[in-house]
Amino acid sequence: MTGGVFGGFLAVLGREWKLALRHPSDTLAAVLFFVLVAALFPFGVGPAPETLSRLAPGALLAAALLAALLPLDRLFGAEAEDGSLDQLLLSGLPRGVLAAAKALGHWLTTGVPLIAATPIAAAMLNLPVEAWGVAMAALALATALLSLLGTLGAALTLGARRGGVLLPLLVLPLAIPAVIFGAAAIEAASAGLSAAPFLLLLGAGVSLAAPLAPLAAGAALSGE
Amino acid sequence: MWSIGGGRILAAGQPILDVLDLACIRGDRAVFAGLSFAVPAGGALLLTGANGAGKSSLLHVIAGLLPAAGGEVLLEGAPARSDPASHALRLRYISSQDALKPALSVAENLAFYAALWGGEVTPALEALGLGALASLPGRVLSTGQRRRLALARLALAPARLWLLDEPSLGLDAASVARLGDLMARHRAAGGAILAATHLPLLLPDARELKL
Repeated sequence: MTGGVFGGFLAVLGREWKLALRHPSDTLAAVLFFVLVAALFPFGVGPAPETLSRLAPGALLAAALLAALLPLDRLFGAEAEDGSLDQLLLSGLPRGVLAAAKALGHWLTTGVPLIAATPIAAAMLNLPVEAWGVAMAALALATALLSLLGTLGAALTLGARRGGVLLPLLVLPLAIPAVIFGAAAIEAASAGLSAAPFLLLLGAGVSLAAPLAPLAAGAALSGE
Repeated sequence: MWSIGGGRILAAGQPILDVLDLACIRGDRAVFAGLSFAVPAGGALLLTGANGAGKSSLLHVIAGLLPAAGGEVLLEGAPARSDPASHALRLRYISSQDALKPALSVAENLAFYAALWGGEVTPALEALGLGALASLPGRVLSTGQRRRLALARLALAPARLWLLDEPSLGLDAASVARLGDLMARHRAAGGAILAATHLPLLLPDARELKL
């Protein structure tokens, strides 16, 4: 290999990025889904501002994680359909590195746009402006965790019938800590308390999943 | 450009690919069992047989994409399963699917593989007569052009063993001749070819294995 393992990682990541730019519909669909859920919520719970801002942290987290799930079943599915997966597996890259590049690619093309859309959703849910920064930080960590777990889920359900249904059932229970600590961080911030402990716990979850999930996904890809 | 395998020159006739007592099971059906053959440096082996005889499965097993149910695949004497990553780097596999991204241009499609394996994109495209199409998006290519773009991966950087699954499917006569040139140069440089096909290929003195 010419550029070594890191060069190969960058090549796979760059390809993900280019494909997302050429096909922005996947990214747009996730962002629209996120904003629409936030827009529908006030209709359901009524327009009372206190009720809405109490529900806002949980609603933001749940909407963002569900939105980030949308493009996951195409993560390896599209590659398997056109034969690219075989070429990727034979690229000489360790399969864990391949899965890590895919996870980072998913986060950059789905997680980051969701973070950018957070103020819009937060405004519709009447979240106090002081908590928007923490909300974005919490969503950044929560979507990163979902990208990592989702890559593992996508690798495991690849080739399964109804894999698109199986994937959320497999991944969302693992993402529950992200919802708990993410919502707690936003709640603390809107109550004027320190959000740091909750964000640190989320960060610990991401640091734990960052090496382990791609390794497991790589093993699932090789069918071992 | 065509010295292969990190500058190591193998003695003529020494096998590049050794398949020993290989067996493959898909589902609960044995596709093949007890299969043994060797392909020497500069040699070519044609896999023939009816649809479903296991030609593609055999190529998958040799590439390391499918686990063998029994037996051993040796590439330049090294067992395939001991180090899958370096095994993969010593072969090129052109499967029955073209592995193209319709949203990327012809050159971008190939540049991704050049970044992984090395080699220059433009000469590789020209070797398959695709030089004029370099900036077109993959989605507008015809079947034969898509196949040629998949085959252009072979012209990027040398690898010891080429595994080809119906390489000439959909190609016109001129492109079959270009593929013939490419395969002849590969063999002259000491590479080996294992090709599954129903169509005539320009592979002089190729042996044939009927599955």
